[in-house]
Amino acid sequence: MNNAESFSAQTLYYLMRNRLAVIGGALVALVFIFSIFAPLIAPYNPSTIDIKNILVGPGSSHWLGTDDLGRDVLSRMLWGGRISLEVGFVAVGIATLIGIILGSLAGFYGGWIDSLIMRAVDIMLSIPTIFLILAVIAILEPSIINIMIIIGLTSWMEPARLIRAEFITLKEREFVIAAHAIGATDSRIIMKHILPNGLSPILVSATMGIGGAILIESGLSFLGLGVQPPTPSWGSLLSSGKDNIEIAWWLSAFPGLAILITVLGYNLLGEGIRDALDPRQRE
Amino acid sequence: MLIYTLKRLLLMVPILIGITVLSFGIMRLAPGGPAEAQMEFSAKASAEARERLRKLYGADQPVYKQYATWLRKFVTLDFGTTFADGRKVKDKILERLPITLTISLLSLGLVLLIAIPIGILSATRQYSLIDRLTTIFVFIGFSTPSFWLALLLIYLFGVQWGLLPISGIQSLDTTGLTFWGRLSDWGNHLILPIFVSAFGGLAGYSRFMRNSMLEVLRQDYIRTARAKGLSEKVVVYKHALRNALMPIITILGLSLPGIIGGGAIMEQVFGIPGMGQLMFQSVMSRDYNLVMGILVPAAFLTMLGNFLADVGYAFADPRVRLK
Repeated sequence: MNNAESFSAQTLYYLMRNRLAVIGGALVALVFIFSIFAPLIAPYNPSTIDIKNILVGPGSSHWLGTDDLGRDVLSRMLWGGRISLEVGFVAVGIATLIGIILGSLAGFYGGWIDSLIMRAVDIMLSIPTIFLILAVIAILEPSIINIMIIIGLTSWMEPARLIRAEFITLKEREFVIAAHAIGATDSRIIMKHILPNGLSPILVSATMGIGGAILIESGLSFLGLGVQPPTPSWGSLLSSGKDNIEIAWWLSAFPGLAILITVLGYNLLGEGIRDALDPRQRE
Repeated sequence: MLIYTLKRLLLMVPILIGITVLSFGIMRLAPGGPAEAQMEFSAKASAEARERLRKLYGADQPVYKQYATWLRKFVTLDFGTTFADGRKVKDKILERLPITLTISLLSLGLVLLIAIPIGILSATRQYSLIDRLTTIFVFIGFSTPSFWLALLLIYLFGVQWGLLPISGIQSLDTTGLTFWGRLSDWGNHLILPIFVSAFGGLAGYSRFMRNSMLEVLRQDYIRTARAKGLSEKVVVYKHALRNALMPIITILGLSLPGIIGGGAIMEQVFGIPGMGQLMFQSVMSRDYNLVMGILVPAAFLTMLGNFLADVGYAFADPRVRLK
């Protein structure tokens, strides 16, 4: 391996050699494309109610069948994908942002700041996530924005721990001591020197976090506490699938498959990134 | 050892306080208090009646006093009564807890039984066909929404093939059955929930076991054991396994929140009268006493579990105690 190449280039190289990671990346890209171009590819308007065609099975006019209001399942799934990805990205964005802020403060300053933040992490981790989310939803109205915020607020612990660990290791390095010696302020050192070098584990956590956020969002929508009708969501599609399970198997099968494929893609990709970054794998 | 245990116990106190503050804060943020909730049903209530009700619920006290009162009651396990049917929160929880625990523990047992051997196998035959197949299986397990899997299985086993019951924990007419009959009926109802619960966990644990095992097998003492001429079996099962199992203990501790709460969505699908369903119902009906009554003990139990896991780990690995 040519050591003159940059860290990112090396990482990319290892990533592309990992077959599962490539598959994951392909799935992610696929779902992405389908979601972005949903308005163009969807055969029907996802909200068009067609009472004459309620609960029709997969066929030539509706490739994946219709739901209990006659709406085309395929179109609803394509649009639902946009919602899922939106929630996934924003929620993970929030969680990662909070995690970076808290983690860098804890790792850099240590002492009571560290203890305080770590105790906060322990508190959050003690409460079963689903219960916490449900409890908060009991207070707020379920809406897309609230779901994003709630998932973000309950997922920052892992990025925080990762960043803190990176900071603890990196703050002893020479470049940090040097920066400090020439009088750089703390915030400058944190943001311009340590953080850029410590972000790689966050990449893994964020990628897999997107998969997790999508699972939580669809679970909440399934329970009726997530994205509200008539906005299509894979979870709420599955909910009507459950209500009609005996007569409309397609309503249960396909949306779930979509969730599976999407989350699988992100998980494979995330794991691949983790392996590519792992110094011990680079023989 | 003792000092370590005491230190950990002491650390738990601020966390406990934090949990109660967090839960109380969430409850206080709720729009409308218990007084308003009762008022909604009698629009003719005069201002005096409202004031009296507020006094009754202590809603006219400053926040920290309310917190203190609530905390005092909580510690004596007086969780108040539910809004729905006025029964004590504590009773409702105790009613539901055994079922959730049974399913969770049985499924955890199943997971460990299968995941650990798979992990060992994957590690010892890294990159072989078995390893790759189990890896793919594991990832699919990770990524499958549990409620979807539940639906699929319900459809196949319940609707199509009619093999297993699709909801509840017992059939409607169990009166005529013997004890064994009831037991097997109960078992039939639990097969699917336990399997679905286990499915996701299987992925995580076997992956973790594999990674832990790989980590251990790279160590110098393993190389020494092999150099001494010990058979591979002895090396793996006697030396490597013990060390590889220790992180599993930590993970077990961390998975306690899942044991208590993980089945929330699944219990909805299977219609199982457990904690998850109770939590869900209480959320839907904005029954804050019930919500908090579940949340705080659940958190406390989780903390307890983590504590036990930490102590167990320290017991097994002396190096941890010296930190």
